[in-house]
Amino acid sequence: MSNGLPIALGYLPVAITFGILGRQAGLSVAEVTGMSAWVYAGASQFLAVKMIASGVGYFQIVLATLILNFRHFLMSTVLARKIEVPGHRAAALSYWVTDETFVVASVHARPEGLSALGFFTMALTAYLAWLTGSFVGGMFADLIPVGIVDGMGIGLYALFIALLVPSARKHWQFALVASASALCAWGLLQLLPGLSEGWALIAATLSVSALGTLLPDVETRS
Amino acid sequence: MIWLLAGMFMVTYIPRLIPFLFARQLDLPPWVRKWLNLFPYAALGALIFPGILTAVPGRPILAAGAGILAAGCALFVRNITVIVVLAITVVLLFQNLGIP
Repeated sequence: MSNGLPIALGYLPVAITFGILGRQAGLSVAEVTGMSAWVYAGASQFLAVKMIASGVGYFQIVLATLILNFRHFLMSTVLARKIEVPGHRAAALSYWVTDETFVVASVHARPEGLSALGFFTMALTAYLAWLTGSFVGGMFADLIPVGIVDGMGIGLYALFIALLVPSARKHWQFALVASASALCAWGLLQLLPGLSEGWALIAATLSVSALGTLLPDVETRS
Repeated sequence: MIWLLAGMFMVTYIPRLIPFLFARQLDLPPWVRKWLNLFPYAALGALIFPGILTAVPGRPILAAGAGILAAGCALFVRNITVIVVLAITVVLLFQNLGIP
């Protein structure tokens, strides 16, 4: 729960923005909330409503979603090895893997692993905030100025930064890998303007963390 | 719409699910494990930058400033919630005060 709170606070305004934009694209409150409930992938949902608004076909939207969200395959690979949980429950837990639950869980995980209950409460808190925000945004789309809630998306970046800083201070390897990966993602997007942000993130993360294996081992105190 | 949601559900859920079914039993060599352990930090870096520059529409300097403030606070404050609330508050204040 306490780990889920900052994610929930970060999600709320973003989900409200999504609800408003979804309504503006012609979706109903039920469709906006339903998409949050069944798809639960922020960046893909924003892209989908943008594509719906410009009349793009469903197949292309689904394809774009697959590409943008494929990074969760890698995040699940890391988390699956850290969370101790039997198969059928893992199938349910994996539904809640997002950029945010992934980074919070993996940065906070102790070497011996992460409890399934700990991940569950955190992820459920985040999920409920995402649903609530989407519903509220959809419901009150005409009343909330989108320009204001839009800027509140900074909360998720503050979450990422607040997670990174203590780890980067403790181990210089983490600081170096994170900075190099950020520069690499930026460089890729500059060099290849057509590249989706999802692929830039995957390419930068995979290549820089692979290079990072050449660095001396991180000394973990147990 | 129901077909769109069904399609989006499949392509977002399946990539999340498959590693939980298969990646757990794999016996990975140490260098792959080291690679996977660094992955979250590389992901954090690429999630923060350059995305943060577009976090506040039309205000890249405000967004970057809020990010630097968050980083400064994270040196002293352990509570992530406090930092998230602070960054949101600062951005809201600047947006509403009309400071360029």
